Amino acid sequence: MFDLAGKAALITGASGGIGGAIARALHRQGASVTLSGTRGEALEQLKASLGERVHVIAARMDDPADIDRLAKEAEAAMGKLDILVNNAGITRDNISMRMKDEEWEKVLQVNLTGAFRLTRAVMRGMMKRRFGRVINITSIVGVTGNPGQANYAAAKAGLIGMSKSLAQELASRSITVNCIAPGFIATPMTDALTDEQKKGILARVPADRLGTADEIAAGAVYLASDEAAYVTGQTLHINGGMAMI
Amino acid sequence: MSDIAERVKKIVVEHLGVEAAQVKEDAKFIDDLGADSLDTVELVMAFEEEFAIEIPDDAAEKIQTVGDAIGFIKSNAKS
Repeated sequence: MFDLAGKAALITGASGGIGGAIARALHRQGASVTLSGTRGEALEQLKASLGERVHVIAARMDDPADIDRLAKEAEAAMGKLDILVNNAGITRDNISMRMKDEEWEKVLQVNLTGAFRLTRAVMRGMMKRRFGRVINITSIVGVTGNPGQANYAAAKAGLIGMSKSLAQELASRSITVNCIAPGFIATPMTDALTDEQKKGILARVPADRLGTADEIAAGAVYLASDEAAYVTGQTLHINGGMAMI
Repeated sequence: MSDIAERVKKIVVEHLGVEAAQVKEDAKFIDDLGADSLDTVELVMAFEEEFAIEIPDDAAEKIQTVGDAIGFIKSNAKS
């Protein structure tokens, strides 16, 4: 089950904790992978650890021309594109009263607009081949909200609405569009939290631990698989019971 | 150039699964041939491939009938 041999996948934000785990998991199931991100060195390291069937294309998700180039080069490198994982994301946390326009716009631009542009750019090929898997990495805070993250939560909620719309547009062409909403996962992003913050978070997690990036990647493997062909427009919450929605 | 109309009609028949007799030049893709909006996008993609041309979005929006498609391709196709 969940064999991805012969499939071609593009993962944005692949130099991050969750993106890297997703890339490794899709690759382990047999897919060719193109790793994208802004940190070229980290991408090259990941490529070296994976071996064959791996390409690296650095790209900025806040640059429309770069996004179009990424789509073209990824399809050219792998010969096609079956699986797109929109994982790239940034945070610019601030309480709303202090949040600057720039902090708001940057987060929306990278986390939401970038995902839309890249998905639009790869849709044509997926439609032609009558196969596609788009997996958008959203967040529990896109559903529950989080103080200090109005911009991030809005972008992540936006991904869910966008995915549901795309799912309806593309379902008849055997293209599925789904979200994964991680809860609190141990990554460099959450390592930056203080012990006190972590304690506060764990008090709200019935599983009483942070999740792992591999537990998110397992969800991506499922949604990317042939077995998940009838699953579209959904959000898979992987959060240790932190929110049941 | 005269076979452009035939090639266009063949693509429409294959793509929309309609009878060749229905594919008249004044037939509208959506109203008369049962295409949905994605079908029209795919037809444009198929025309681009068949005739090795680029059909920009604003031109694609104006292609509503079989005749529109033939007209656009006749004035833009190289082969």
